[in-house]
Amino acid sequence: MNWISNYVRPRINSIFSRREVPENLWSKCDECGTMLFHRELAENLNVCTSCGHHMQISPRDRFANLFDGGAFAEVDVPVPNADPLNFRDQKKYPDRLKAAQKQTDEKEAMLVGTGDMGRTPIVAACQDFSFMAGSMGMYVGNAIIAAAEKAVERQCPLILFTAAGGARMQEGILSLMQMPRTTVAIEMLKEANLPYIVVLTHPTTGGVTASYAMLGDVHIAEPNALICFAGPRVIEQTIREKLPEGFQRAEYLLDHGMLDRVTERGKMRDELITITRMLMGLDPAITGDLPAPDITEAEDMLEAVKGEDSTS
Amino acid sequence: MTNYLDFEKPLAEIEGKAAELRAMARANEEMDIEDEAQALDKKAADLLQQMYTTLTPWRKCLVARHADRPHCKDYISTLFTEYTPLAGDRNFADDHAVMGGLARFDGKPVMVIGHEKGNDTKSRIERNFGMARPEGYRKAIRLMDMADRFGLPVITLVDTPGAFPGKGAEERGQSEAIARSTQKCLQLRVPLVSVIIGEGGSGGAVAFATADRVAMLAHSVYSVISPEGCASILWKDAEKMREAAEALRLTAQELHQLGVCDRIIDEPMGGAHRNKDETIANVGAAIGEMLAELDTGKDRTAARRKKYLDLGQKGLAA
Repeated sequence: MNWISNYVRPRINSIFSRREVPENLWSKCDECGTMLFHRELAENLNVCTSCGHHMQISPRDRFANLFDGGAFAEVDVPVPNADPLNFRDQKKYPDRLKAAQKQTDEKEAMLVGTGDMGRTPIVAACQDFSFMAGSMGMYVGNAIIAAAEKAVERQCPLILFTAAGGARMQEGILSLMQMPRTTVAIEMLKEANLPYIVVLTHPTTGGVTASYAMLGDVHIAEPNALICFAGPRVIEQTIREKLPEGFQRAEYLLDHGMLDRVTERGKMRDELITITRMLMGLDPAITGDLPAPDITEAEDMLEAVKGEDSTS
Repeated sequence: MTNYLDFEKPLAEIEGKAAELRAMARANEEMDIEDEAQALDKKAADLLQQMYTTLTPWRKCLVARHADRPHCKDYISTLFTEYTPLAGDRNFADDHAVMGGLARFDGKPVMVIGHEKGNDTKSRIERNFGMARPEGYRKAIRLMDMADRFGLPVITLVDTPGAFPGKGAEERGQSEAIARSTQKCLQLRVPLVSVIIGEGGSGGAVAFATADRVAMLAHSVYSVISPEGCASILWKDAEKMREAAEALRLTAQELHQLGVCDRIIDEPMGGAHRNKDETIANVGAAIGEMLAELDTGKDRTAARRKKYLDLGQKGLAA
């Protein structure tokens, strides 16, 4: 490899072989290979229209679908020490963080919002796999604590969408300490008698599974999501045998009693509404055309949210 | 017969020479080698001191994993009386990687729980090298629950490479078992004191070590991932474990700075395995003092939760 093959040739190629279609118009399903038109794919919540494969979806896109009218207030998360261990592998940790921020346009690997879902007040937190594999460090820990505190304050359920490769190694032991820290957050909800629903998405592994992801009142997973403590590769290396088909996938976990339900992304919102309303002792959700909300009620709600914002 | 670690080879050579000289002298009484042998002893002692006062993080991992290091069983048999093992998770099996039961510490009843690695091939296999399966965590949960109901302080001894990564363990809910065990640690009203005596391997350790007081032996380690695992992920080369061990801040001394470890327990010169009795006595004294710091009559839950919520905000810099 030299200057010509590394630099000149790609430049020449790029001049002569211009792409026929802009990159972002089409995406390929990782499962069946079908080319999918981006708008259609987005409308279908990043689920392949051909084979039903669930692809990654960003927390903001998920929230846009989850909350009524896509409207939610972002819950502030206390920002921790950015590089507590002065960690350095082949790159410096702050550089990796910056790259992830640039790539995702998000602060960190978890987004917390509060608003209404089918006219049911909720707090939702969503892990972002595209941000350093959704890994759990101090920020994610703080986000879950903030989400639990907000839910207790608003006396509403917490719905948590998990997606993570595990703990954030670059925060060493402090990432491990998020296992007890997030468990404290779940304890707060439990004591306040508020529902804590976990939606496990692909993939949820390691320390994340071994803490808040497995402590829900109700566990729902998206189809075919990988959910495990130790990954299949590690296990194959340890026991030196092939693992059965579908091992550690959502349906397999459902069979082994670790989940309540496996639900397609498109049906998730309705199901969450049904479950949370029952657990909160509310009337069944009104489906179909909703009457316009009572104006005084809406004003009360606005006041309430404003009040909360000024106190938080 | 001492088992030397790789980095102790120069030491093994000197100590071997001294032993050889003495053996020769025993065979031939006219030889006067004592001066020479003592000089070698002194050299060996100096080298040992020099090695062990400057242990790198990776070497600490090796010492923490040393086969001759005192294990959970040794601590329980020496420090506790009337130890009555309790077995089983009432659901599936008894996990021999986790031992635990009722015992008396300083004459007072407590619940003691720990990972046991085993000390020869047969017992290591039986103990699964200290790698617990879900049954182990569920047994621990059951024992902690019992301790809580009867007002007995809980003492955990942590020494595990990590939770077992196996097919059955996953099917029976390894992650759920670990999560519930951590949760149980946080729910206890009674004092919970934990000592990391060797390896504190990731989630498998947290499940026992979410405690009011966490002490670590001076050459024990506690980490989110093994240096080898970290190296193969971040450096894409498992041989970079020395660098990874450094970066992870897994030594007792660094964890004390970070506030994860509350107390460092001294080890004899040359590591716990060179003087087991002294090590066990040191650990016993530390457990006694930590229990004395915690008021048994008070509900400890709120304080323990606060400890974990506040943890790690400042990082190493502060």
